[in-house]
Amino acid sequence: MKLTANDVAEIMRLVESSAFDALDLEMDGVKLSLRRGGLQAPMDTAQPATPLVAAAASVPAPRAIDKKPSQPVAVDGAEAVRAPLLGTFYRAPKPGAPPYVAVGDTVDAETVIGIIEVMKLMNPVRAGVSGTVAAITAVDSQLVEFDEPLMFVKPAP
Amino acid sequence: MSIRRVLIANRGEIAVRIIRTCQALGIETVLAVSTADRESLPARMADRAVCIGPARPGDSYLRVDTIVHAAQAVGADAIHPGYGFLSERMALAERCEEHGIIFIGPTAAQIDAVGDKLKARAAAEAADVPVVPGGPVASLDEALALAQRIQPPFLVKAVGGGGGRGMKRVDRIDELEEALSMASAEAGAAFGDSRVYLERFVERGRHVEVQVLGDGAGRVIHLGERDCSVQRRYQKLIEETPAPGLSADFRTRLHAAAVRFAERLSYRGAGTVEFLVDVDRDEFYFLEMNARIQVEHPITEAVTGIDLVAEQIAIASGEGLRLTQESVTFDGCAMECRVNAEDPNRDFQPSPGVVSSVSWPSAPSIRVDTHIDAGARVPPFYDSLLAKVIVHAPTRSDVVMRLRHALLETVLSGVSTNIGFHVDVLTDAEFIAGGVDTGFLARFLAREPAIKESGQHG
Repeated sequence: MKLTANDVAEIMRLVESSAFDALDLEMDGVKLSLRRGGLQAPMDTAQPATPLVAAAASVPAPRAIDKKPSQPVAVDGAEAVRAPLLGTFYRAPKPGAPPYVAVGDTVDAETVIGIIEVMKLMNPVRAGVSGTVAAITAVDSQLVEFDEPLMFVKPAP
Repeated sequence: MSIRRVLIANRGEIAVRIIRTCQALGIETVLAVSTADRESLPARMADRAVCIGPARPGDSYLRVDTIVHAAQAVGADAIHPGYGFLSERMALAERCEEHGIIFIGPTAAQIDAVGDKLKARAAAEAADVPVVPGGPVASLDEALALAQRIQPPFLVKAVGGGGGRGMKRVDRIDELEEALSMASAEAGAAFGDSRVYLERFVERGRHVEVQVLGDGAGRVIHLGERDCSVQRRYQKLIEETPAPGLSADFRTRLHAAAVRFAERLSYRGAGTVEFLVDVDRDEFYFLEMNARIQVEHPITEAVTGIDLVAEQIAIASGEGLRLTQESVTFDGCAMECRVNAEDPNRDFQPSPGVVSSVSWPSAPSIRVDTHIDAGARVPPFYDSLLAKVIVHAPTRSDVVMRLRHALLETVLSGVSTNIGFHVDVLTDAEFIAGGVDTGFLARFLAREPAIKESGQHG
């Protein structure tokens, strides 16, 4: 079976209207990777086994090493919710689902604000403080280090 | 597969050591650090440091899943475990094998084969490598029968132990029963494995080990031996190569035994086969194999000119063994003193703190492997090794003299160190004569009841 340009356009429309941010499809030596809000790439199905969207190539050259991940270390009057362990941070229970919390949400100490995955083991992260989410600094699906601020919560008065 | 980026799962001087070779080879380094080591010298030297957990090793450096996850997340092709921590945990090597990460070390199966004293002993016997007379004992009757055969004094050891823990000396057969039950209980509590074995205690023994490199396909070479007999409670303090006073024939047999043992395992990477040299009987017995880079590896590098970490990386990346036995040559003597943050006047208690100032010696014959610069923290959570001062010279007497001067030149303040203690040992007639046994340091301490203000040397 061959993927035509029309097929790809249709798949893109489906992804666009779905709750998913990404799609990876592999079939008959064709690999299709779509990322919402990613780089726009030409649609061309003529090259089998090569990623259609360059930005989502599955075997990239190693990323340049960020020596110091840039992120705010403090938000005025807010308390940091820090990563209790190193792992991959997820803002939502599953891809496409609404995030646990968003800026402006009220949380208490027990509110789950995200998940940190370590080798397929999911660890819920709780706010540990009552208040309003002021900023979210951790990026979904990215590595967070131990003790790294995930978000900032303005404590309730 | 070539290695482009390495995650280093260690800290301290060995992290610095590994980073230096990686830099020379053009390999990127990511250092896994605990919160206590975020500002350390290796953390600053590495291309990136990732914080893996709190200071306590059990929550950071000993977490296999966290290390493997970090390696994958930063795009590392390989993990270098250094020594200690996870370096000889089969679980890490296994996880790496499962996830397509290169483990810079032996295979999980080889770690398993040498990690259990009984299995290692059986492998030695199978390789026709002599072992200390003795064996595992499951009951008191078994122990008594064996004791009659090998005669006292004995050593009772934990099967799963290491570093001297769970070992007991027994001088008389009628003391055996109590020692066995104590050793078994202690071993069970410390290692979760209460199996013990009984062996002949060698009254005057020297600790001599042989450095080997294996390609993982059955070819093994040796890089000579190291004498590590200057030990306090089984912790090595001074190491040297070659081992003084051994005949050429004895050394040849020792090297050949180490190579035979590693060949039998088709050992991959750098490893060390440890022997107990029985001075009175002029024999040697296999003790164990360390499946990692050793703390004292620089003295071997000094006399052979071989970068052992570079060879580890070459073997791990599939280049195999780049050296032949004939190409390995030995030049002169080398000796290493382990400078620890500990107070010899207070029974060598660890002395954590902040190093306010430090000046290491420098000369062509001197090498200092350290992670300590001014302002460096010495956290209480880890071993107290600050630096290794290594001297290489044509003769042993040159080495001892220059090492003494190198230590006297060292100035370090903020924490207590054993530098002065090392100077005293290097001035001792018995040590200068060479070839001391493992009981030397205890005798030395007994005859120098008041170790001079050793911390004051630096």
